[in-house]
Amino acid sequence: MYDGGKIITGLIIGLLALFLWPFFYDRNGQAGVSPKPELTAKAKEAGQCVAPTPYMREYHMQLLDDWRHTVVRDGERYYDTSEGTWHLRVLGDINDATAGAGERHYKETDRKIYYKSLQVTCMDCHSNKSKFCDECHDYMGVDPYCWDCHIEPKENK
Amino acid sequence: MLEKAIKGDQKYWGWIVFLLLLIGMGFAFYLYQFKVGLKVTGMSRDVSWGFYIGQLTYFVGVAAGGVMVVLPYYLHDYKAFGRITILGEFLAIASIVMCGLFVMVDLGNLPRMLNIMIYPNPTSILFWDMIVLNVYMLLNLVIGWNVLSAERKGIQYQKWVKVLIYISIPWAFSIHTVTAFLYAGIPGRHYWLTAIMAARFLSSAFASGPALLILLCLIIRKVSTFDPGKEQIRTLGGIVTYAFVLNIFFLLLEVFTAFYSQIPGHMHSFEYLFSGFEGQASKLAPWMWASVVFAIVALFLLLVPATRRREPILAAGCGAVIASTWIDKGFGLVIGGFIPNPFERVFEYWPTTPEIMISVGVWATGFFILTVLYKIVVSVKEEVAG
Amino acid sequence: MMGVDRREFLKIAGLSGLFGLGGKAAIELLAPGEVEAQLSSAPVMKGKRWAMVIDAHALDDELMDVCIRACHREHNVPDLDDPKVEIKWLWKEEYPHAFPGQKHEYIGDDIKHSEFLLLCNHCTNPPCCRVCPTKATWQREDGIVMMDQHRCIGCRFCMAACPFGVRSFNWGDPRKAPEEKNPDFPTNVKYPTRSKGVVEKCTFCAERLAKGQLPACVEAANQIKENALTFGDLDDPASIVRELLRKHYTIRRKPELGTEPNVFYIV
Repeated sequence: MYDGGKIITGLIIGLLALFLWPFFYDRNGQAGVSPKPELTAKAKEAGQCVAPTPYMREYHMQLLDDWRHTVVRDGERYYDTSEGTWHLRVLGDINDATAGAGERHYKETDRKIYYKSLQVTCMDCHSNKSKFCDECHDYMGVDPYCWDCHIEPKENK
Repeated sequence: MLEKAIKGDQKYWGWIVFLLLLIGMGFAFYLYQFKVGLKVTGMSRDVSWGFYIGQLTYFVGVAAGGVMVVLPYYLHDYKAFGRITILGEFLAIASIVMCGLFVMVDLGNLPRMLNIMIYPNPTSILFWDMIVLNVYMLLNLVIGWNVLSAERKGIQYQKWVKVLIYISIPWAFSIHTVTAFLYAGIPGRHYWLTAIMAARFLSSAFASGPALLILLCLIIRKVSTFDPGKEQIRTLGGIVTYAFVLNIFFLLLEVFTAFYSQIPGHMHSFEYLFSGFEGQASKLAPWMWASVVFAIVALFLLLVPATRRREPILAAGCGAVIASTWIDKGFGLVIGGFIPNPFERVFEYWPTTPEIMISVGVWATGFFILTVLYKIVVSVKEEVAG
Repeated sequence: MMGVDRREFLKIAGLSGLFGLGGKAAIELLAPGEVEAQLSSAPVMKGKRWAMVIDAHALDDELMDVCIRACHREHNVPDLDDPKVEIKWLWKEEYPHAFPGQKHEYIGDDIKHSEFLLLCNHCTNPPCCRVCPTKATWQREDGIVMMDQHRCIGCRFCMAACPFGVRSFNWGDPRKAPEEKNPDFPTNVKYPTRSKGVVEKCTFCAERLAKGQLPACVEAANQIKENALTFGDLDDPASIVRELLRKHYTIRRKPELGTEPNVFYIV
């Protein structure tokens, strides 16, 4: 093609500019700030969630899906942490060494029974939904429809 | 062959654009319904199915009616129908698409639509309806496309297509039987609880489908150089007449059982539909009587072969058949099942504007697909003739 | 005393005792306020065929209103004040409309205007479960016809199939119910609401049975008139419902349809 060299060069520069500009356009250092979910005092005191934190961080959706199925359809309303969910068992040993520094590992003596309920159990400890759940969800652009039905905890804002 | 659909004159494109506008409008109203909920329709706690499901039922019938061209040609070697089997098959596709869309706009939670495949329940007739309707659409698509392509190339289609054709014939009967089973097995709704529901469905399908096909053939003859054929249209007219007479006969059988037995549950829906229930006049009664008047007019126009042979009279008769069956099946059937309600009260239903606009959008989609497919057929036939 | 029979009381008391002995000290129960809950997740109220017997003679407006209020408040059922879109799990209905097959011209006015409490009958042979394309409604092993609103696609086939008109659909968003009629909605923050586009109905308080509690309506009724509403296991010949069914003449709605409803009315 005519002036092929100039055109292709221009195209490459243009496309690079188009795809890379967000990295340079940083509104006062706000872009790209990773979410920092906050724990309530109650959550900190409990020290441990229904499953190890690294698991919950990545797979809480699978746990909740297991819960909603087993609660509503199987009538099994209590969660035994020593048994875990099907997904947890498939993933392997929950005495997992991948927990980060300062995060508690699940230990046999920490076996607990929980009432399976997002609204009643989870939000009991994590009652600061806007500073906990929403922190990561908003960042990821995720809008779970759980809250269409399950009542959000009232927060004092 | 799809490229045939983008070559057309001004009138063709005008029609296409018109349909697209209607589709857009229907879609806009659907977005409104999706946001606010189904309360924007006229449906209620007592009449929980309405216009959408009625239209679904009607167009399953139209789709099944296509078999009335296919069966005589392939099973009885009635060669004349060879020219127009493709029109019946493509009409079936457009109809099934409308059926699927009517279901989708009626669902309360459309994003979960695939649950019916992920968590199937084989005791549910809705599950089987979904299967038979989708398979029928695919059958017609594959058969139609292959037969038309072969015709265009001047060769005989592959043998496996014949197998599919032979399957499609009983399958056409099955789609409307299964749809009838949606209604005929429901214990609490006495208007629907009748053994001849499937027979009634099939007879009205075999009247309304071919009736629409006749009208479409007459239009095709006007807007193109392809002539579906005088003999073909005449035979179809005979089929419509027989099927429609059977349909009326079945209706009268229902009326007899209801009113001779004097069982309240059987009579109540008829009372509501044709006059009113317990003193309260029914909104639907004028429409149901209109359906009866259309039926009488249709019989009058169609029964005598000498008059039926005259195409203007046949066209008017087909229009009357369509009007009559559409009111009866696309409207009266569903509403009559819900009124009076299980508490023997009347809570009336009437479609709202958003409901009608969304339905117009669905019809427009069906006719859009029909237009495109028929344009392809006509272009191929013209090409082969030329 | 609650409407719990002797056998059930001993069951609850025994389990509470077992718990109190501290044999499982290492296991902490974090369920809110349920001492009776077991380690296995079986509900304490165990049955094979749950049923309800309603004593029509004991029903009056006050009692019925209390029951309806208890049910609807427990389950966040909105008051939509519009018969077109209303949602009702438990409601009052006049005799000729509750039992249309029984009415005749010569019923006295008193009986004609007498009202019954209507709810889902949790039939043994439920047509609604047959027709649901996704098993979003199904029959549990204990006889309860349950709802899974996570799965419901809102096709409303169950509403068409139910001969008793007990199912309601969320035609709009229940949280947008008129505020004047629903000033403290949601009335129970421990129970979810529903979203628009799904069907709902009475579930015999399955979540309460799992905690060893009676259905909300029964418990509320017992505060006013004992045994106006009774709830129990038809499979247990010693249960109170079986006792009442032996002693009294009872009717059910539309028995000729063969759905085998499990709500009985002492008339």
